[in-house]
Amino acid sequence: MEFLSYLISGISLGSIYAIIALGYTMVYGIAKMLNFAHGDVIMIGGYISLIAMTSLGVNGVVATLLAMVVCTVLGILIEGLAYKPLRGAPSLAVLITAIGVSYFLQNAALQIWGANPRVYPSVAPDTWKLFDGQLSIPYVSLMTVAACIVIMIALTLFTSKTKMGKAMRACSEDKGAAQLMGIDVNRTISMTFAIGSALAAIAGVLLCSYNSTLMPTTGSMPGIKAFTAAVFGGIGSIPGAFLGGLLLGIIEAMAKAYISMQLANSIVFAVLIIVLLVRPAGLLGKYVPEKV
Amino acid sequence: METILKVDNINVYYGSIHAIKGVSFEVSQGEIVTLIGANGAGKSTTLNTISGLLRSKTGSVTFLGEDLGKVPAHKVVSRGLALVPEGRRIFLQMTTQENLEMGAYTRGGKPDPADLEKVYDQFPRLKERRRQVAGTLSGGEQQMLAMGRALMSRPKLLMLDEPSMGLAPILVEQIFEIIKNLHDAGTTILLVEQNAQAALSVADRGYVLETGKVVTSGTGAELLASPAIKKAYLGG
Repeated sequence: MEFLSYLISGISLGSIYAIIALGYTMVYGIAKMLNFAHGDVIMIGGYISLIAMTSLGVNGVVATLLAMVVCTVLGILIEGLAYKPLRGAPSLAVLITAIGVSYFLQNAALQIWGANPRVYPSVAPDTWKLFDGQLSIPYVSLMTVAACIVIMIALTLFTSKTKMGKAMRACSEDKGAAQLMGIDVNRTISMTFAIGSALAAIAGVLLCSYNSTLMPTTGSMPGIKAFTAAVFGGIGSIPGAFLGGLLLGIIEAMAKAYISMQLANSIVFAVLIIVLLVRPAGLLGKYVPEKV
Repeated sequence: METILKVDNINVYYGSIHAIKGVSFEVSQGEIVTLIGANGAGKSTTLNTISGLLRSKTGSVTFLGEDLGKVPAHKVVSRGLALVPEGRRIFLQMTTQENLEMGAYTRGGKPDPADLEKVYDQFPRLKERRRQVAGTLSGGEQQMLAMGRALMSRPKLLMLDEPSMGLAPILVEQIFEIIKNLHDAGTTILLVEQNAQAALSVADRGYVLETGKVVTSGTGAELLASPAIKKAYLGG
């Protein structure tokens, strides 16, 4: 029973990582850049939803929608102001800019909302009791897993069936050839950031509900772990991000429960290193045989 | 005949390298025009400049009376100008059919089934492989896919950059057969080739490029017969 509850906690945490990782992987796949500010967009999403719930008094769903709108606009702004001017620049310059944006967001949040952790009321505070109360599953865990699955299926359908989604895949392979097809590459990248940031907002609400607290650095560690999850599953791959996130969450929860609270993060990253040594492209990393 | 493409005295640079030095030429409605020349003569650079992927510093490219200098690359195809780029550059991780759909990107959400059928009629091999990921197609099939993809935009002018590159002689013959068919069906074609013999024998007119300049021009037959061209490009 104890094991089951750790497993559920791991799946729930893993689903949050997976949602963040999906955002990372989409942006990486299409813009070919690591958006290190992604974790901080999550934190902004957390604050916006918190303010919406506490100051405006709206319910969790409305607060989440509001956070999604704000984060989408923020994502488009970040891309347009910070990354777009560097389109032709070496990838190292873009990477450093992303780190800069990450610190900018953290410090802006520090300035606006202060350094003290805030209590975050869960969007779904009740729990579901099973086996005479021996096993209790928070509703927010169920919501997280459901949200994660829905998002993954929606993204898969979006990229395989819609015109915009296919244009994104075309851009991810060859931007020059995509332009020759008439695809506006800048608009497509901007769209990718919008989707990634909306996902970050959802992840922000779920993460803060899971942790019950929120502060300006809330997004950075989960951001890095989700990035790890994306690489672990095979960066650029949607099912890879899902699988990587889920496994990472489970490994982390198990390591915390059975090995050591303090060593949990080290164990997570050690597993990543071992996996990458054996499979450098990640678990589901794309390897398409190409004939030339 | 009406001139549809006019390239006027363009100069293109890669950083400080002056790659195209005042190239001018014209393509008229219904013609096959070829640009031939050795490696590094500036043939592909010229095509990439026309399609907007590169910009000329001076000079102009006019297509159907419109100056393309200010038109962004992704808008060029909707003007009726399609490029089959060097090295094909099909989307290797997408299926054959998805590649063709991308070709019809500017023509609305779904490609016109009639257009798709026309391409499949022209290239029956692609129809057999329409669900197959393009990266697994053979070189010849990939070239056909690149051409089919460009045709999906219903171009008024089709530009082909080295369509015969890396293909077996039998396939080269097939590709040139297709070019002739497209021409007979009314498509205007601008063809860049290293295989000067094959290109000149299908072309109405040709221009010879050497280190970024047009050195000779004439009808296909004239250039084929010219002793200087024979010596330089056709192996004596």
